[in-house]
Amino acid sequence: MGGENRYLGLAYLSPYIIGLLVFTAFPFAYSFYLSFTDYSLMSSPEWVGLDNYTKLFTRDRTFDKSLKVTLIYVFSTVPLKLVFALFIAVILNYKLKAINFFRTAYYVPSILGGSIAIAVLWRYVFADTGLVNMALEAIGLEGVNWFGDPTNALFTITLLRCWQFGSAMVIFLAALQGVDKSLYEAAAVDNANPWQVFRHITLPLITPVIFFNLIMQSVQAFQEFNGPYIITNGGPLKSTYLLPLYIYDKAFKNFEMGYASAIAWILFTMIMILTVVAFWSSKKWVYYAGDKRS
Amino acid sequence: MTIATTNVSTVEEMERVNQMIARRHKINSVIRYVLLIVVGFVMLYPLIWLIGASFKTNSEIFSNPGFWPKEPTISGYVKGWQTSTPYTFGHFFWNTFLIILPKTVGTCISATLVAYGFARFEFPMKKVFFSLLIATLLLPNVVTRIPQYLLFRDMGWLDTFLPLWVPSALAGDAFFTFMLVQFLRGIPRDMEEAARVDGANSLQTLWYIVTPLLAPALISVALFQFMWTMNDFLGPLIYLSSVDKFPVSLALKLSIDTTEAFDWNQILAMSVLAITPALVVFFVAQKYFIEGISSGGVKG
Repeated sequence: MGGENRYLGLAYLSPYIIGLLVFTAFPFAYSFYLSFTDYSLMSSPEWVGLDNYTKLFTRDRTFDKSLKVTLIYVFSTVPLKLVFALFIAVILNYKLKAINFFRTAYYVPSILGGSIAIAVLWRYVFADTGLVNMALEAIGLEGVNWFGDPTNALFTITLLRCWQFGSAMVIFLAALQGVDKSLYEAAAVDNANPWQVFRHITLPLITPVIFFNLIMQSVQAFQEFNGPYIITNGGPLKSTYLLPLYIYDKAFKNFEMGYASAIAWILFTMIMILTVVAFWSSKKWVYYAGDKRS
Repeated sequence: MTIATTNVSTVEEMERVNQMIARRHKINSVIRYVLLIVVGFVMLYPLIWLIGASFKTNSEIFSNPGFWPKEPTISGYVKGWQTSTPYTFGHFFWNTFLIILPKTVGTCISATLVAYGFARFEFPMKKVFFSLLIATLLLPNVVTRIPQYLLFRDMGWLDTFLPLWVPSALAGDAFFTFMLVQFLRGIPRDMEEAARVDGANSLQTLWYIVTPLLAPALISVALFQFMWTMNDFLGPLIYLSSVDKFPVSLALKLSIDTTEAFDWNQILAMSVLAITPALVVFFVAQKYFIEGISSGGVKG
């Protein structure tokens, strides 16, 4: 098809190419440049070399705190969410009658989870006399100060994201249903117990999907904004002040565009490092069907 | 003789083992159901409670963990709908719609054109462009946000809806394009080739042959774009400054900031309204969500 004109395909791509240049490629390069400037919107950007980065890593206590909180958040949220998603997917993968019902029910939070309405709900659910504490008191436990204590506050934000495990679960479930049934029959003949079957048959076969979920979820977790912004507004004591909040404040409240760009680039670099490490290590642990391994 | 007895006992033995296995299966499946129901209930109860609480009086919201309001009232809806601004929530829903419509239509059209180009044509630099598509799929927005803001400022687009939908209408959401490319690659080309033989040009082939086949995937694209736009908060927060242009997400944030400290039921009532469109669309079209997500993999 399209044999008569080898540029016809490019014509179909033209919206994408325009968008890519104007809204992605140019901003990407420009933001790198901005990160080496002092730019407060009042005058044109002023080149300051590595000053922004030096300041961030040596003199900015808020950045230290924010970086630390972000890393804790990402490395607790992503594994917790994925393990939970996989656990539920494995249970659903047994031939249960109401599988579609459960799949739909578990997916609902993923549909709504990013919305402001749910962040608002979270404030009520974890308030001092909110739903969670009412429930705890009903079973004779003491209520918890969710938003007053730094560790608890971060935990509520983490829970909000784990609550949205549905999309990861649906992807896992699709992968589990794609596993060749004859392998399970072979395992049954060999008297393997359920854990052995999961560990040695299921898990290796779904590694590509685990890998995919891991990358996507991490990239998103690093950019979490709505939850901490609405629920805790970064507090208390900046315990939920994730880097995207810091970037937002610097860029759109203080209008320090250069400085904010430098933070954005540090965040971007972390995401890239994680992605590259994941890709690199995937050669060791991700199994693709049809792989020829000697 | 001895052989026969052995056989009988083996059969009995096997039956017993089978019964045991059957019983264990039954117990296991009961455990699974109980687990799924308990987990599902704990997860969904906050949402159920939200709906009930939106009909409660303000004093009851923080004292009644149950679903049923003791003294049901719709004052939260009535007063919440009025808002503390000169506009009602209806106005904010209309604004959301004015963003969603061009964004969704634009996404469907541009993603279809681009996916068609990738899946059905050979052209110079195809590999480069496809690699760039994958790269943008993984590119975090956070790194392009500030220059985009400056760009829109220089174009005079601040405080308009344009920054919120134009990039998507130029196939800016690489995920959708990628999903459609994958879908198209799975569709055989026989019909398209037949159309070509009959003298249809590539655009006619796209419109009359490919688009109908692509329909299920396009519905998924439209639904996800609808959902994400409905939930989008940071975009409007950065680009919109006048209250009369606020979409629902910003209006809700505004109502938390401005509503009297004790008018909780107004905020909860408006939260219920804010999630209703997404919930309704999801339940009506859940099949497309699950299919879209399983085939392409989705954020969320």
